[in-house]
Amino acid sequence: MNREAAITVEDLTVAYGEKPVLWDVDLTVPSGVLMAIIGPNGAGKTTLIKAVLNLVNTAAGQVLIYGESYQKQRRLVGYVPQRGSVDWDFPTNVKDVVMMGRYGALGWLKRPGRQELDMALAALEKVGMSRYAERQISQLSGGQQQRVFLARALVQDALVYLMDEPFQGVDATTERAIVSLLQELRAQGKTVVVVHHDLQTVPEYFDWTALLNVRLIASGPVRDVFTEENLRLTYGGRVSFLRHGEPNGAPEAEKRTGERGI
Amino acid sequence: MDVPGLFSDLFFDYTLRTIALGSAILGIVSGALGSYAVLRKQSLLGDAMSHAALPGIALAFLLTGSKMPLVLIVGAAAAGWVATLFIMSIVNTTRVKYDTALGMVLSVFFGLGLVLLTIIQKRPDATQAGLDKFLFGQAAALLERDVVTMGILGVSAILITMLLWKEFKLLSFDPDFASTLGFPVRILDIILTTLIVIAIVLGLQTVGVVLMSAMIVAPAASARQWTDNLGIMIILSAFFGALAGISGALLSASVPRLPTGPTIVVSVSVIVIVSMLLAPRRGILWRWWRERRQRGRLRLEGILEDLYSLALEHNDPGHAHSLSVLRLMSAGKGGVEKSLEILSERGLVRAVRPGEWALTTAGLEEAEKTMSERSGMSDER
Repeated sequence: MNREAAITVEDLTVAYGEKPVLWDVDLTVPSGVLMAIIGPNGAGKTTLIKAVLNLVNTAAGQVLIYGESYQKQRRLVGYVPQRGSVDWDFPTNVKDVVMMGRYGALGWLKRPGRQELDMALAALEKVGMSRYAERQISQLSGGQQQRVFLARALVQDALVYLMDEPFQGVDATTERAIVSLLQELRAQGKTVVVVHHDLQTVPEYFDWTALLNVRLIASGPVRDVFTEENLRLTYGGRVSFLRHGEPNGAPEAEKRTGERGI
Repeated sequence: MDVPGLFSDLFFDYTLRTIALGSAILGIVSGALGSYAVLRKQSLLGDAMSHAALPGIALAFLLTGSKMPLVLIVGAAAAGWVATLFIMSIVNTTRVKYDTALGMVLSVFFGLGLVLLTIIQKRPDATQAGLDKFLFGQAAALLERDVVTMGILGVSAILITMLLWKEFKLLSFDPDFASTLGFPVRILDIILTTLIVIAIVLGLQTVGVVLMSAMIVAPAASARQWTDNLGIMIILSAFFGALAGISGALLSASVPRLPTGPTIVVSVSVIVIVSMLLAPRRGILWRWWRERRQRGRLRLEGILEDLYSLALEHNDPGHAHSLSVLRLMSAGKGGVEKSLEILSERGLVRAVRPGEWALTTAGLEEAEKTMSERSGMSDER
C-alpha cells in the first residue's frame, strides 16, 4: 500500500519526570484510515495523541501532519479530548460548546455568528443531538457529553481527527451511532485515530491499528498486526479472551497501571 | 441610624459619594473577574495574591516614601505577581501540591508584610501613618483621585474581558482544546491572571489584604447559583459585588470605628447565604423541597402498587385490604394512613370498611399507568 501519510511520528520520546511514558515511537498513519490505538493502562495512548497535538513537552522526536509541522497544519487536525477532562458544570449550553470548534477559524476577537450557529446545529443533527442544542451541559448523560464533543470536532471541518476514548462510558446504541459516524468520516477520505479500550470490537470497527505499550509494538492493517502474538507482547499475559489458560503473570503492565491512571 | 438621610447623602455628600463610587467599582471589577477565578477553580489563588500584596505595599512605601495610591497599587500588584510565580514554580519543580504551595507562599508573604509594616511604624517621622489601613481597609480614607485611578484600571480590565470574551470562555472551559485551535494558552492565562491581580489591588485600600479574596470568590459563587449562562453570571456577580461593596462601605463610613473590609465581607456573606439557600434548582431549600415532593409522590405510587398487586393476587380489583397488611408491605416507611387519605381525596382508593382499603377504577388505571411509565423509563436509559 503506498498511500500518503496523514500523520508521521518519528523517534518520539516523552517522559514525565524520570520515567519514559513513550519511548522512541515511530508511527506512520496513512491517509484515510480508521485507526485504533490500543494498549494497557499507562501505555501512553493519551500521551501519544497529546504529543501529536503539541499538548505535552516531548523529550525527543518530531510529528508531521501531511509532511509539514503540526504548527503549520493545525487547522487540518480535529481533537476530541477525554470526556472527563472538562468541568461539565461550566455555565454554558450545548450549542455554545459545539461552536467552540469554530473559534480557531474565527481567529482573535471575532464572535461566533449565524454561520457558526448553523454549522453547530448541522453537526448536532449528525450526532443525533439536535433536540439538545439549548440544553445546559450539566444536564447531559455521559453518552450525550461524548456526542457534544464529537459535534464540536465535526465543526472543525478537519482532515485528521484524534479522539481520546470516544466510547468511554457510552451505551451500546450510542457506541454504534459513533462508529457509523467515524466510518462515514473515513468514507469522506478523512483520517481518524481513536484511543480504544475494547479489544473485542477492534476488527469490527477499525481497519488500521497501533499496539502501544510505552514502545510501539506494531502498527498496520488490523488483519495483519492484530494478532495474538502482538497482543501478548503489548499486554503481557493478560489477554484472556483469545485463549483461556494463559499464564496470568503480567506484572510489568500492571505495575504501570497503578502509577498513572488514564 | 438615619437611613433616609444616608440615602440623600449618597447623592449630595461629597465624601459619601466618593466612597460609594469607589466601593461600587471595586465590587464590579472583583465580581466580574472573580467569576473566572471561581470557574477555573482558582479561588484560593486570590487569597494568596491579596495577602502577598502586603509586603509589596510596604516595600513600595519604603523605596519611594510616597503614599500615592498608584505607587502602592503597583507595589501590591508586583508582589501579587511574584507570589503567583512562586506558586507556579513550586508546583512545577517540586512534589509539593498546589494547595500546600498556596499556603506556604501566602503565609510567608503575609508574614514578611507584617514585619515590614512594624518596621515602618517604628520610624520616627509621621509620614508612615495610615499604611496599616491596608490590613482591613478603610473606605472613609478614599479620595477622589483614588476613585479615578480605580475607575481607569477597572474600566480597562472590564474592556479587556469583553474583547477577549470568546478566548477567556474557551480557556476556562477547555484549555487543551483552546491550545489545539492555536490560541496561546499560556499568554491568555497570564493576561487573565493579571486582570485578577488588578481586581484584587483595586480593593486593597477599601477592603484590605486580609479579606479581599472574599470579594473575588463570594459574588461569583453566589451568581453561579442563579444562572447557567456565563454572561449573566458575570453581570450578576458584578452586581452582587457592587451591592456588597456599597452597603458595606456606607455602613462603615457612617458608624465610627467600624472597619470597612469586615463590613463589606459581612454584606457579601448575606448575599452568599441567600443564594445558597434560595436559588432555584441549585439552592438548598429548592432541592430539599423537590426531594420531599418526589419522596411523597413515590410513597403514594408505592401504596397504589401494593394495592394493585394485592388485587392481582386475589384476582379481584375491588378486594379490600387492611391497613396492617399495607403497613407491612411498605416496610415500615410510615405515613401509610396519611398517604391513603391523600389517595382517597383524589378518588384513587376508597375505604370499604374502616381500616380496610381498596382501589377504585380510577386508582386501578393510575397504578397501571405509573407501573408502565416506570418500566418505560428504564428502557430509555
